[in-house]
Amino acid sequence: MAIRIFRMKAGNRVNRRVSGDIGVTLFLVIFAIIMVIPLYFAIIQSIKPMNELYIFPPRLYVTSPTPDNYADLFRLMSSSWVPFSRYVFNTVMITAVGTFGHIILASMAAYPLAKYRFPFSQGFAKMVRFALMFNATVLTIPTYIIMARLGWIDTYFSLIVPAFGSSLGLYLMQNFMADLSDALFDAAKIDGAREGLIFWRIVMPNVKSGWLTLMIFSVQTLWNTNNSMYIYSEELKTLPYAISQITSGGYARAGAAAAAVVVMMLVPIIVFIISQSNVIETMSKSGIKE
Amino acid sequence: MSEMNKAAASNDLEFKTAMRNIGKYFQYKWSLMKKAKVYYAFIAPYALVFITFTVLPVLIAIYFSFTNFNMIDRPSWVFIDNYYALFIDDDLFITAIKNTLLFSVITGPVGYLMSLGFAWLINELPPKVRAVFTLFFYAPAISGTSYVMFSYIFSADEYGLLNSALLNWGFITEAVPWLQNEKTVPFCVIVVSLWLSLGTGFLSLIAGLQGVPKDLYEAGAIDGIKNRWQELWYITLPTMKDHLMFAAVMSITGSFGMGAVITALVGFPSPNYSAHTIVHHLEDYGNTRFEMGYASAIAVLLFLLMVVCNELIQKLLRKVGT
Repeated sequence: MAIRIFRMKAGNRVNRRVSGDIGVTLFLVIFAIIMVIPLYFAIIQSIKPMNELYIFPPRLYVTSPTPDNYADLFRLMSSSWVPFSRYVFNTVMITAVGTFGHIILASMAAYPLAKYRFPFSQGFAKMVRFALMFNATVLTIPTYIIMARLGWIDTYFSLIVPAFGSSLGLYLMQNFMADLSDALFDAAKIDGAREGLIFWRIVMPNVKSGWLTLMIFSVQTLWNTNNSMYIYSEELKTLPYAISQITSGGYARAGAAAAAVVVMMLVPIIVFIISQSNVIETMSKSGIKE
Repeated sequence: MSEMNKAAASNDLEFKTAMRNIGKYFQYKWSLMKKAKVYYAFIAPYALVFITFTVLPVLIAIYFSFTNFNMIDRPSWVFIDNYYALFIDDDLFITAIKNTLLFSVITGPVGYLMSLGFAWLINELPPKVRAVFTLFFYAPAISGTSYVMFSYIFSADEYGLLNSALLNWGFITEAVPWLQNEKTVPFCVIVVSLWLSLGTGFLSLIAGLQGVPKDLYEAGAIDGIKNRWQELWYITLPTMKDHLMFAAVMSITGSFGMGAVITALVGFPSPNYSAHTIVHHLEDYGNTRFEMGYASAIAVLLFLLMVVCNELIQKLLRKVGT
């Protein structure tokens, strides 16, 4: 019994053995390496000079790294007739506005659905969950018809607004908000706080990890928005579209293609690192989440 | 005569009370709705977008599935002809179902268990180390088009990473065309989709694990929980059921919705249709042949398949911790 109490003082380390911990860590390290190899390979390929790209056997390291492939990529991009910066602007704009709007709208809708019951609430929540399972491909034609009626063809609206109502966000935020304790709201209501205030001051700060997670998903999806069938003008097309035009050049551009992969994965990964460190920070600050 | 009158009168009375009750029911519902009007205001902006760009298109697609529609002429009602043709005349659709089921039966559960397993093990680590491992495991799913690197790894010539390694170690004597041979294509597809499977669900599981109150474990230890397996089954998993269900939905949509990744790796059509999935079939009819009615029927069937699968899994997940 004494031992057990002593063990419990070490926080969440009850029921653990050192040998198990070592085994687990080793196992994780091996799998982490397997997961990262293709990404590492992309980075290595992107800084290899031409003559190293075609050595047999292919090497997982580089002897004389060069930024040539990146220079190549940007040279190819700037030779297109729409300035390269325009593609970047489009993608950044779509990603930023789409993500922000989605987080706000989905969180607002998730709050009453997670915490209260009223007519149609459960039905609506269920409908959203079902919608997650409908394949997006077949929706493009009906959506096109709707877009045309709205006059949104060939505008930013066609790319941004549907992202606001993506079903993933509502489902996720609802899950996070359901975990919040009712005591939190009751106290605020006794103090006479209105629902809007409760949402903004109490709910949102307490589900920070939720909307940071949603931000990661949303940025990742929107950042990779490729050529959409609702957009014709070259000036409105996105960065992934421009890059895919370049990398379809085959072996001659193998280096530039790898550089493109690295450029495209950079932003979602940076967003992930920033928000993840925030999530962990809030977790350790609040200690136990209720 | 009077008997009949009496019966009619009592019927009339019953009808009236029933009507009054129905009226009362609606009045009650209406009063509930009036009370909840703040909540409707909260939901309204999202609901407007969601209904316009998700519900409405789904309903239109379901309607199209009963018609013959080529994008130019008006849709003509053909009732279940599309569905009939899919199962009776379309051998390729049957192949697509087989492939989709094969891929999703393997990648769905394995990917899900991988997500849960890794999330659980990572969660035990100190915060800084945990962040690094989370990044490493999650990076493939987040890094956009990085899966195209697998076309170099599985490249058919000896410059391919896998071929050169296997040649070097003497496992094979000549380069294997991994992505061109119909026997090896399913293997490659499964490897790549497992590599990509630690995505949305994985991250949600990590968040769920971090939300489990630590004192539950201490209480559990006093109640006689002896090892980490019991802890997982009786404490951790039941506390994060919502996250488990969310991850399950994500892994269903992921594994049934495989298409773009396969096309990027092995092209369309894949060698002898060895990786032809329902999504490919759908894209073929929808985006290439513009047989929208037929394509919509495929989409509706895919949707039903996912819904049934989802219901089964949600039932299974309710048993967790019992």
